[in-house]
Amino acid sequence: MIPQKTIEKTDAIFAGLNRDTFDHKNQSDYAKLATRGLSEALVRKISTAKHEPDWMLQKRLEGLRLFLEKPLPNFGPDLSALNFEEIIFYVAPGETAGTDQASKSWDDVSPDIKRTFERLGIPEAEKKMLAGVGAQYESTTVYHRLKERWEKLGVIFEDMDVAVQKYPELVQKYFMTRCVPVNDHKFAALHAAVWSGGTFLYVPAGVKVDAPLQAYFRMNAENMGQFEHTLMIIEDGAEAHYIEGCSAPKYGTSSLHAGCVEVFVQPNARFRYSSVENWSRDTYNLNTKRALVAADARMEWVGGNMGSCVTMLYPCSILQGERAHAEHLGIAFAGAGQVQDTGAKVIHSAPNTTSSVIMKSLSKDGGHSIYRGLLTISPRAKGSVAKVKCDALLLDDHSTSETIPDMNVHQSDVTIAHEATVGQIGEEEVFYLMSRGLTEQAAHALVVNGFIEPIVKSLPLEYAVEMNRLIELEMEGSVG
Amino acid sequence: MTSTLEIKNLVAVIDGKQVLNGITLTVPQGEVHAIMGPNGSGKTTLSQVIMGHPKYKVVSGSVRFNDQDVLALTPDKRSELGLFLAFQYPKEIPGVKLLTFLRMIYNLKTKQRLTIMQFRKVLDPLLAALQVDATFLERYLNTGFSGGEKKKAEVLQMALLQPAIAVLDETDSGLDIDALRTVCEGVQLLKQQTGMGVLMITHYNRILDYLTPDVVHVMIDGKIVRSGSKEFAKEVEEKGYDWLREGSV
Repeated sequence: MIPQKTIEKTDAIFAGLNRDTFDHKNQSDYAKLATRGLSEALVRKISTAKHEPDWMLQKRLEGLRLFLEKPLPNFGPDLSALNFEEIIFYVAPGETAGTDQASKSWDDVSPDIKRTFERLGIPEAEKKMLAGVGAQYESTTVYHRLKERWEKLGVIFEDMDVAVQKYPELVQKYFMTRCVPVNDHKFAALHAAVWSGGTFLYVPAGVKVDAPLQAYFRMNAENMGQFEHTLMIIEDGAEAHYIEGCSAPKYGTSSLHAGCVEVFVQPNARFRYSSVENWSRDTYNLNTKRALVAADARMEWVGGNMGSCVTMLYPCSILQGERAHAEHLGIAFAGAGQVQDTGAKVIHSAPNTTSSVIMKSLSKDGGHSIYRGLLTISPRAKGSVAKVKCDALLLDDHSTSETIPDMNVHQSDVTIAHEATVGQIGEEEVFYLMSRGLTEQAAHALVVNGFIEPIVKSLPLEYAVEMNRLIELEMEGSVG
Repeated sequence: MTSTLEIKNLVAVIDGKQVLNGITLTVPQGEVHAIMGPNGSGKTTLSQVIMGHPKYKVVSGSVRFNDQDVLALTPDKRSELGLFLAFQYPKEIPGVKLLTFLRMIYNLKTKQRLTIMQFRKVLDPLLAALQVDATFLERYLNTGFSGGEKKKAEVLQMALLQPAIAVLDETDSGLDIDALRTVCEGVQLLKQQTGMGVLMITHYNRILDYLTPDVVHVMIDGKIVRSGSKEFAKEVEEKGYDWLREGSV
């Protein structure tokens, strides 16, 4: 779907990424002044600051009420160390970005913040290969721009806060209504209460956006919370590819990311959502991503989860129309002290729908990765086909992995395949590769690269290079 | 000065079991040595100990090349020194394209950073010589390769790395007669061009018709029991190995 260029020309964009790139932090004096913890006053303050219509304020207040009512999830990793009193849920734009409005030119972005995104390779990628870019810093979108060519075809690619003002009918219809309702779970409710920034994408019927659109979410200050909202509407027969990148520096105290992604793939449309999440090791990444897929439409999730202390992320596809198709491809890397609880949810609720889930996990230095999957086939979903394959690779003998597949099948005329493997890097393979001149570390890295290749190859080349580089960084020091 | 691989009184164990019982063997560059012997005699073990497989423990003896203590080196350093092992059962590495891998090891060896285009100029003549289809390059390393394809991929790697001494562990097994000829011609050509020395392990005389050995050794129970010329190999083929066992002469 996306034309790929030759590696020599473009691999330079992200090739220079290193640990310092992500760990570098800017001054964050604003954090000292910011309110910590959550209250109705804060929720009202956010809504007022954004000049929101009353329906959005009501949605936020409902979110707050439900968040306080709902218990923490009764499954998965331990979240008891996450202290909501410490978290900064919102920082006003003037305090961080120096301006209230997302800029259309990088020259208008404050120099510190601009340099941050330059280090991450974003402006360069925009020039070379993207149809549009959004950049969020803390709570605020600092840059948002769509190339003119796509604007003319009616594509809307906007900061989510701006979209509330400019496209209220679309937003009110789709925002946390049918896809991820406010009452979905505790962190969805929290998200509704304090969401800020994010991306709104609308691709009109029949328009095929052939270059990826990207948004990059950067947390900078200690104890930040980031709650961007991503709403994507891909109309009949349209096509698009959206890439999300995320990172934060490391402080040693908790920060929280609870984004929400809602995708509507209308009949015959195709959409791919790729994300490379590389949060720091003190981030709780509790994200909700869901797509409603209409007849003959195709939804693809491609994800890499590298950082964070705890990730709970299960992108979901609800196949609502006949012959709808979902594809989930994911890599999770759990290092020391990390729990990657990731997976996929696919709900077949129409006849002849198809889905394929391929998940790869890597565990190292005592890291724990869990594949948690849910496959539901409703009584209506006659003739559906679902495939799940999850492979775990343990890089040493004190790391662990688990597979927790759950299946609810209410229709007998279906084809379901489930396959799970757990492996270790074999001594024989390493010896073979070393005999050709690779160091032990390079041999391990090559086996790992091969292991994740089925996922990485579905990313545009530049991001495949970035993903490989991130894995390399995670692998550093893993041998001897 | 020619370089020589010198193995002296080499004793190696695995899981407490002695598998090499004092091997002494000298392979100078430019010569072809064949090692024959019944199954389980330790031939593959010898090849893996020469290359430094960590599962074998060397108890005594030495392996030297170019005045270097080979046993002190990790396998990658042995490769750098100019040793190569063509595996009897090359490992499958899924997800790594053969082309990617070949370019990687070539760039490592030659300390270059050739692009794919530049590398193809080096590689393509070798593909032609070994009669390997270029579509082969897009497949994952050894993954799902037939026996013959695996052996060709090994020789391809050898040709790129241009070792001083190549150990071929049953490179002839799994090859049909045409593939055997092609592979042997490839080895022969490389030997002529670079003066490579070859230590080939084989069960069959067949390969000796295409790659003439200077010396033939017979290995039984982890020991070299007798060495001779190419004619000796013929004698072994006719009479089998039993007459060479200790105490039977």
